[in-house]
Amino acid sequence: MSFDVAIDFVRGQRRFSTRFATGAGITALCGPSGVGKSSVLASIAGLLRPDAGHIIVGGVSLFDRAGGVSLAPEHRACGIVFQDLRLFPHLTVEANLRYGERRAPADRQIIDFAETVALLEIGGLLRRRPVTLSGGEAQRVAIGRALLAGPRFLLLDEPLAALDEDLREGIMTVIERIRAQFALPMMLVSHAVDQVARLADQVVELTSA
Amino acid sequence: MLLNGDEWGIVGLSLKVSGVAIVCALPLAFALAHVLARASFPGKIMLDALVHLPLVLPPVVIGWVLLIAFAPAGPLGALLARWFGVTLLFRWAGAALAAAIMAMPLMVRSIRLSLEAIDPRLEAAARTLGAGPLGSFATITLPLARPGVLAALVLGFARSLGEFGATITFVSNVPGETGTLPLAIYAALQVPGQEATVWRLALVSVLLSLGALVVSEWLVRGTGTGERDGHVL
Repeated sequence: MSFDVAIDFVRGQRRFSTRFATGAGITALCGPSGVGKSSVLASIAGLLRPDAGHIIVGGVSLFDRAGGVSLAPEHRACGIVFQDLRLFPHLTVEANLRYGERRAPADRQIIDFAETVALLEIGGLLRRRPVTLSGGEAQRVAIGRALLAGPRFLLLDEPLAALDEDLREGIMTVIERIRAQFALPMMLVSHAVDQVARLADQVVELTSA
Repeated sequence: MLLNGDEWGIVGLSLKVSGVAIVCALPLAFALAHVLARASFPGKIMLDALVHLPLVLPPVVIGWVLLIAFAPAGPLGALLARWFGVTLLFRWAGAALAAAIMAMPLMVRSIRLSLEAIDPRLEAAARTLGAGPLGSFATITLPLARPGVLAALVLGFARSLGEFGATITFVSNVPGETGTLPLAIYAALQVPGQEATVWRLALVSVLLSLGALVVSEWLVRGTGTGERDGHVL
């Protein structure tokens, strides 16, 4: 089982309750806006602490309220690509890519620096600052940063939303390459039906409780 | 050069007092700025007001409070004497303490502004990439706050150089020990025939303050994120 999630959490005035368990490959997390998709990703990454429930990814318990388990984000080995990317503005593209790489234990590395740069075609960007990148370039750097940090699973929050048609195609190809190359559980938040149909092995539909 | 030996001594003392004051004040200023920028707790308004107090109180009052606290029989003065056998009264270290307290609000404000401009979500992203809370602080928060920290050092230094009221009340004007530039200028003004000394020391004050501002502007340039470069001025 890839993602086994059963959590309750409160955001603002609203209570959310989410339960799903998925198989291997890419899981698409869908649902209308405001249904808590990004909060579910933040909970899995350890950036949001649910009030109850459990989160198990690839057989490893990341959070279990009843069992008193709550791993810190840095111990979850979670590669997350945020919707707002969050590249570090004071570091070059190369330093952004290396940030997680040099902190990851060697036995968790799934890809090296040169391979990442080639896979994402970002060799020409390494000396630049994030603010000088286009949307598609920044998106690829953010994916590369997550891959290099030795992740056991990947979370992608709306990886295609901010891009035009050509760039979307490029990023979708990258995601498909990652799926083919690594046996990582992946979860992807998306609104677009066609992308979900093309990329996802299974779909989890969140509804407002 | 244009200064005589005594006047060079005054300048050196001023630099020492101001330098020690801001270097010692910086960690506390950063901690206060971090708490005020990030934490929320009951009584935060009181802490904020307390930090700003030296900005609005007459400096003489600050000096008087320090005098009461650090007098040999005062609560803190007695402790210092018993534990370390030292007193701050009439000593340059006391002048540095007065300068540090007067510079504190400016330093806290400057660092706080730069911390508030940092997106905490960047620190969260660093955590997901394997950095612990301290690592994320050292590699993300601190570098992004650097322009504010540099500005705090310069503003604090300039404020310390000009500190007069609290200093003269707390440690008096002891030539060679607590007689910093403003105190020496004031003392020279009281004596007929010292106009030339006043002119020279005033000129040095202007040059030091201008120099500090120019150096800081130079330091802060190029430390920006590329979106916009930092400015002190």
